[in-house]
Amino acid sequence: MLAFLLTLGALLGVVIVLAYAERKVAAFMQDRMGPTEAGPQGSLQAVADVLKLLQKEDIIPAAADKKLFKLAPILIFAAVFAGFAVIPFAPALVPAGIGIGVFYLLAVVSLDVVGLLMAGWGSNNKYAMLGAMRSVAQIVSYEIPAGLAILSAVMICQSLDFQEISYQQGALMNQFPGMEYDMNWLFGIRELGINTTTIGGITTWNIFRAPILLVSFIIYFIASLAESNRAPFDIPEAESELVAGFHVEYSGFRFAVLFLAEYSMMVLVCLVAVILFLGSWNTPLPNIGPVSLAYWTSGTVGELSSILWGIFWLLSKTFVLLFLQLQLRWTYPRLRVDQLMHLCWKVLTPVALVVVLLAGIWRMLMI
Amino acid sequence: MRNNTTGFWYVVKSLLSGLRLTWSHFRKANKRRTPEYVSDANYFKQDDGLVTLKYPYEAIPVPDNGRYRLHNEIDDCIVCDLCAKICPVNCITIDSVKATEDIGTTSDGTKKRLYAPTFDIDMAKCCYCGLCTTVCPTDCLTMTPVYDFSEVDIKNMVYHFTDLSPEQAEEKKQLFAKQQEEMAAAKAAALAARKKG
Repeated sequence: MLAFLLTLGALLGVVIVLAYAERKVAAFMQDRMGPTEAGPQGSLQAVADVLKLLQKEDIIPAAADKKLFKLAPILIFAAVFAGFAVIPFAPALVPAGIGIGVFYLLAVVSLDVVGLLMAGWGSNNKYAMLGAMRSVAQIVSYEIPAGLAILSAVMICQSLDFQEISYQQGALMNQFPGMEYDMNWLFGIRELGINTTTIGGITTWNIFRAPILLVSFIIYFIASLAESNRAPFDIPEAESELVAGFHVEYSGFRFAVLFLAEYSMMVLVCLVAVILFLGSWNTPLPNIGPVSLAYWTSGTVGELSSILWGIFWLLSKTFVLLFLQLQLRWTYPRLRVDQLMHLCWKVLTPVALVVVLLAGIWRMLMI
Repeated sequence: MRNNTTGFWYVVKSLLSGLRLTWSHFRKANKRRTPEYVSDANYFKQDDGLVTLKYPYEAIPVPDNGRYRLHNEIDDCIVCDLCAKICPVNCITIDSVKATEDIGTTSDGTKKRLYAPTFDIDMAKCCYCGLCTTVCPTDCLTMTPVYDFSEVDIKNMVYHFTDLSPEQAEEKKQLFAKQQEEMAAAKAAALAARKKG
């Protein structure tokens, strides 16, 4: 229960920051100023928006399917929020450390699609319906390259446990029960004979210890943009044609929940990308001879220092990815639906399949 | 690689150049345009930075002889009614009351002989042609650089420039009527005296 409340609180905080950052970053990239009035530099704008939404009337269209309409935002947010349960925020700090975390996350986040369809169908609105259909088609399609990209990381790590994957990518690896004698090699190639187990830092991140995962990371990142309905894959919400997509009929608190779910999804996919490919909560600084930067910036496992360092590194990396998501949104135009499907089925999926094969071979080099 | 506009690396390059562009704008977001007049040397040299003007707090200066809100300096006004006559949209309403004696002089030395119990300009009707300011003989009706004067109630768009309260105006009117009566009486008396004599 405590983990639930803490995660929810942290998530709300991150989403508020993100919603503010989105508007500021967008403004700066377009030579505008963004919010300036509420609080210093407009920093309370997102809070004010939320407070406004909470006060608004909860309008349910007369022709809507009321049960579906009411249930959908809750289901969408619950599906996304359930994904956070298996995210390790620091060594020895994970809300629910289950052995099949990756599998669970993929499965529970897919429930999101059901909620989207409920919202779109229940609204009894053509835009909502079209938006939901597009959204479902897109998310279901992009789960395949995303899943394959994750699979290649899982094959390299030989684990479905996020915490185990996290430990593998740093100098603290041997402190994880069951991996006391495991070793990391430079680029994951044992034949090179350079042992990076105690060097840690960036050299043991998944994209570095198995460089083939850099390709998976890019595939996953592209697919995750589509899964969270972010531009340039925002055809489900395409303002210019669908008004707002599946949430066009929502107002007040329910809209706030949908908004929260959308931004939580962004945070979640970035967290997963960081954990699977960018070294999770591990520091990027390696130990260099007597200068053990990695140990200094990791803390001691089980103590507060490691939790603070872990959260710091995890969130910093996540925010870098989130910034990239925002920048992509304000840089690239929206893909047409056929281009979207072309990218998914004819580009990302075959490449991801090849990467899965290569990841399997790479794993053979690592042991 | 036909015309070098297809192929994987071309696409990657073009995607990266897009990111570079937005990033360069993001990086320059600490700079801002300064609100300068178009004739300033710097006006066309501010390529970088945020272009937004925080309007109510800052504003670009307006031309000296621009046509914005009207102002009437009632102390200098001789209530000649020329402005109201030339106004193409009839936005100026003037009532005049003759004074019993000279009220004073305007700043350019013209004698004032009329009170203006009403001198209203309806800025909601005004078409900013500036004709009234050109005909004004004492240059008391001018255009000011104020352009932001929207109102919630349209009645507030009517600007009252009179310096007389309604009571004062009534008093002046009665004074004048009394003077006229006295003059008429004096005239009648003179006439009667002439008939007698």
